[in-house]
Amino acid sequence: MFVELIKGMGTTLKHLFEEPVTVQYPEQRKPDKARFKGKHELKRYDNGLEKCIGCALCAAACPADAIFVQGAENSDEQRFSPGERYASVYEINMLRCIFCGYCEDACPTEAIVLESDYELSFYDRESAIYTKGMLLIPPPEGKPDTPMQVEPNSFDWSIPEMKDPS
Amino acid sequence: MADLVTLKIDDQEVSVPAGTLIVDAAKAIQNDIPVFCYHPKMDPVGMCRMCLVEVGTPRKDRETGEVIAEADGSPKIFYFPKLVTACTQPVSPGMAVKTNTKVVDDARKEVLEFLLTSHPLDCPICDKGGECPLQNLTMRHGPGNSRFLADEKKHLAKHVPLGDLIYLDRERCIQCARCVRFQEELVDDAVIGFKQRGRALQIVTLSEPGFDSKWSGNTTDICPVGALTTADFRFGARPWELQHSSSLCTECAVGCNTHLNTRRDGLSGDFVVKRVMPRQNEFVNEVWICDKGRFSHHFSTSPDRITVPMIRKNGKLQESSWDEALNLVADRVKDAQGSVSVIAGEVLANEDMRVLQQLANNAGGEAVAWPGVMGGAEQLAAVGAGVGTNFIDMGAGTAIVVIASDLDEEAPMWWMRVKQAADKMGATLDKSKATLIVANGRKTKLDRYANHSIRYAYGDEVNTMLALHHAANGDGAGLAADLAASDDETIKAAGQAISDAENVIVIYGREGLDYAGSSSLAQAAANMLIDGGNYGKPNNGLLGVLPKGNTGGAFALGIPAMADRAAAEVVGDAKVVIVAGADPVGDNDALPSGRFTVVSELFMTATAEMADVVLPAQSFVEREGSFTNSERRVQRFFPALPAKGQARPDWWAFGKIANAAGAMDKAPVAAGQIMQMLSKTAGAFSGIDYPALARVEEQWPDVGGEDKYYGGNAFKNTAGLGVQYATSAEQGVVPSKGDVAPLNSETGSLRAVATTLMYNRGTKIMKAQLLHPRLPEAHVEINANDAEKLGIADGDKVRVSVGDASAVVAANVNGKAPEGAVLVPQSLGTDVTFNGLKAATVVKA
Repeated sequence: MFVELIKGMGTTLKHLFEEPVTVQYPEQRKPDKARFKGKHELKRYDNGLEKCIGCALCAAACPADAIFVQGAENSDEQRFSPGERYASVYEINMLRCIFCGYCEDACPTEAIVLESDYELSFYDRESAIYTKGMLLIPPPEGKPDTPMQVEPNSFDWSIPEMKDPS
Repeated sequence: MADLVTLKIDDQEVSVPAGTLIVDAAKAIQNDIPVFCYHPKMDPVGMCRMCLVEVGTPRKDRETGEVIAEADGSPKIFYFPKLVTACTQPVSPGMAVKTNTKVVDDARKEVLEFLLTSHPLDCPICDKGGECPLQNLTMRHGPGNSRFLADEKKHLAKHVPLGDLIYLDRERCIQCARCVRFQEELVDDAVIGFKQRGRALQIVTLSEPGFDSKWSGNTTDICPVGALTTADFRFGARPWELQHSSSLCTECAVGCNTHLNTRRDGLSGDFVVKRVMPRQNEFVNEVWICDKGRFSHHFSTSPDRITVPMIRKNGKLQESSWDEALNLVADRVKDAQGSVSVIAGEVLANEDMRVLQQLANNAGGEAVAWPGVMGGAEQLAAVGAGVGTNFIDMGAGTAIVVIASDLDEEAPMWWMRVKQAADKMGATLDKSKATLIVANGRKTKLDRYANHSIRYAYGDEVNTMLALHHAANGDGAGLAADLAASDDETIKAAGQAISDAENVIVIYGREGLDYAGSSSLAQAAANMLIDGGNYGKPNNGLLGVLPKGNTGGAFALGIPAMADRAAAEVVGDAKVVIVAGADPVGDNDALPSGRFTVVSELFMTATAEMADVVLPAQSFVEREGSFTNSERRVQRFFPALPAKGQARPDWWAFGKIANAAGAMDKAPVAAGQIMQMLSKTAGAFSGIDYPALARVEEQWPDVGGEDKYYGGNAFKNTAGLGVQYATSAEQGVVPSKGDVAPLNSETGSLRAVATTLMYNRGTKIMKAQLLHPRLPEAHVEINANDAEKLGIADGDKVRVSVGDASAVVAANVNGKAPEGAVLVPQSLGTDVTFNGLKAATVVKA
């Protein structure tokens, strides 16, 4: 019986000198995994234009029906994105979202990306709905925010040339 | 019925009428041959080559004359050396068609590959994406890869407004010509066309203003790609996100079946109508709707809607609760002790009218239909067009008489369908034309297709009808003294055509006629139909171009019309006046003051402004109910949007009031309950309940469903074709002729004729901002000779006075008005509102 007791205490002792696995969140944070899927971000092109063209394919792909998109028309005076269409309303209900990443797969312009932010907590259901302003990343440094005035007919193509996925 | 031809399509035998095209024959057995340019309502052109199939026929031995047989005795099929377009090839006996062989499949792949060489593939932002024939057929038949270089695609203008309502994306066009053919063949407005050729071919508009047609929206439905889209729905939503409900158009009395697509608006949070689409009903609107019906839906979500009940307190209308308002009205109705007058607008649903009628009758008053400007209810009930009447079926042997109406403006869908019946340059090659007789005081658009165009002087409408009767049956004489006109060669020829015709339909209107005048005209027409035996059977009888969406409902329920009386006269000394869905004050027909006035309305109309109680009504978009169209077809509509604020249906509010005032045993709790009650009582609606109205049957052509490419984007009718109630002639009552009262119209050297325009400036249509550029300014049409006498040039401002009312408007001197007549279009926002023919003065302003 004593043998077992000592064996057990030995195990305890051994662990006393091991490095702890607990991370002191939020003071300490673990590095993000490359394929982690956290809060969505709506990306921009280098010139500050939004990549999202409001096509709502993300909403169509969403198995949880968490995304609401409403399109509107761009003009060269008020340009949000290349091409004719932009998202005037873009909402994701984070309570519904299951972070499957289908929206990212469906996006024809690589506008929506599930990034590493996982700090999603809310006091009420309404604040779980992330609007376009909360999802859209700020424009690159030195670039204007949207809507911007651009040279006529310089951005009449919605879909960028994409890399071959294969 | 034409002779049947039997052929085999993919080894499946099918029998179709001779002359049927292979693509239609295949469709009849659910074999979907892909098409882009073919449309079942139009002539084939074989432009897109998508419908290529293998076709073979049996062959006769030249020496023996025997059909060459296989070893087993069956006829040997000799296949054509090349593929054949199924949309241009009519069937022949013994023909064999193969639609699923490798050769056919390869041909489809190649056609698609070629079409996509210059198609932008911006499906994610295309309004058509999701219901696009090119997208669907590429998914089904297309090649996975293209051998053409993507960067060699043509880049063209993507946002070309063809007009105020339609945008063209030049890149997306696949040059099928459906839109151009629709405009030319079906509606004869050749306002768009092809420019250039080959790969440079482009759609351009040829009119000023651009795409100047009442039918432009339909081209977006039949466009097999997203080249033509409406300005209204532009980027409004993706098609798969929309919610669907079946509805009706209330803009005119044709009663087109519509399909409302709704969605939550992300900015306001309200549910809104995103677009109105045609819903197939081959008896009413086939697969089309006019632009007014398509784009005037914005009133339903207008911020100007009344959303709460209001009671006048201290001289001002103040918000109240429904209970307070209803109790107040019920008390006043009770206190009035029979002194109640109800004015029911002819835009209300059948159910509302029924409740108002009962409320008035049991409270000791009378319900009157407003505007109530059209007579002939009796004649329509007796010898109206027989059950099963369909303009599609009217071919040789049918005479269509259109008198005193400009169908193009008053009932556009009838114009299109009458045109189709008389002008067979469009689809349905196997029929010859119906004989069309158009009689009016001026030339209308329908005259283009008329075999006999009769011009009478305004005021001679009834005499013309009598003369036609005389010319057709000989014994029309004796009904009126003045038959001098029957000597007229045109009338003689028209009369001959009527007497030769097997079927006769008379469509009468009210242009230049007041209530009494249109009643006389209806009687004169009815007499002719009775003498000719043209009643009580399909495609025979009388049709009235009724003025409002549900005038037919007022006729069916026997609600008396205003009948040329002033509102003050109708109200008399009633202590309580109930007005629902009507705005007499706004039409300068003042209601007497000092009465307790209750108004149920969508908007703060002039009548509502003066009311003591204002009740917020639900529009047809938010509720269910039924309307009766000009052809006595009762049709249902369904709720599409949630109620606006506290708005309630009229039947609900007035049912509660009637119940509380002791005029109704039980307040109805559902619209269907009222119809059920009507179906169990004798009358027009006998036997017509909601399940009956919701019945559907297979319709040809097959539209909607998966194959958006065949018949366009019109929706399949799943919610009911409606029921046409029988005339008394069909129920065994032998109709008898009646006396025709002579017209008693005002005289004068210049007479004003009230005309109707499709695009007017009514309360509802003004809420559609999009349509404003299409709406004409207030104007009158004056004959050149009259204008010269008065010193007026085209475009001058003139002051027109009719009776006490006058207004300054633009004068058009463009040959539309006959001498002595000033055409005054109604509902253009001026004070000059009248019916029929009135003495007028016009002076340069």
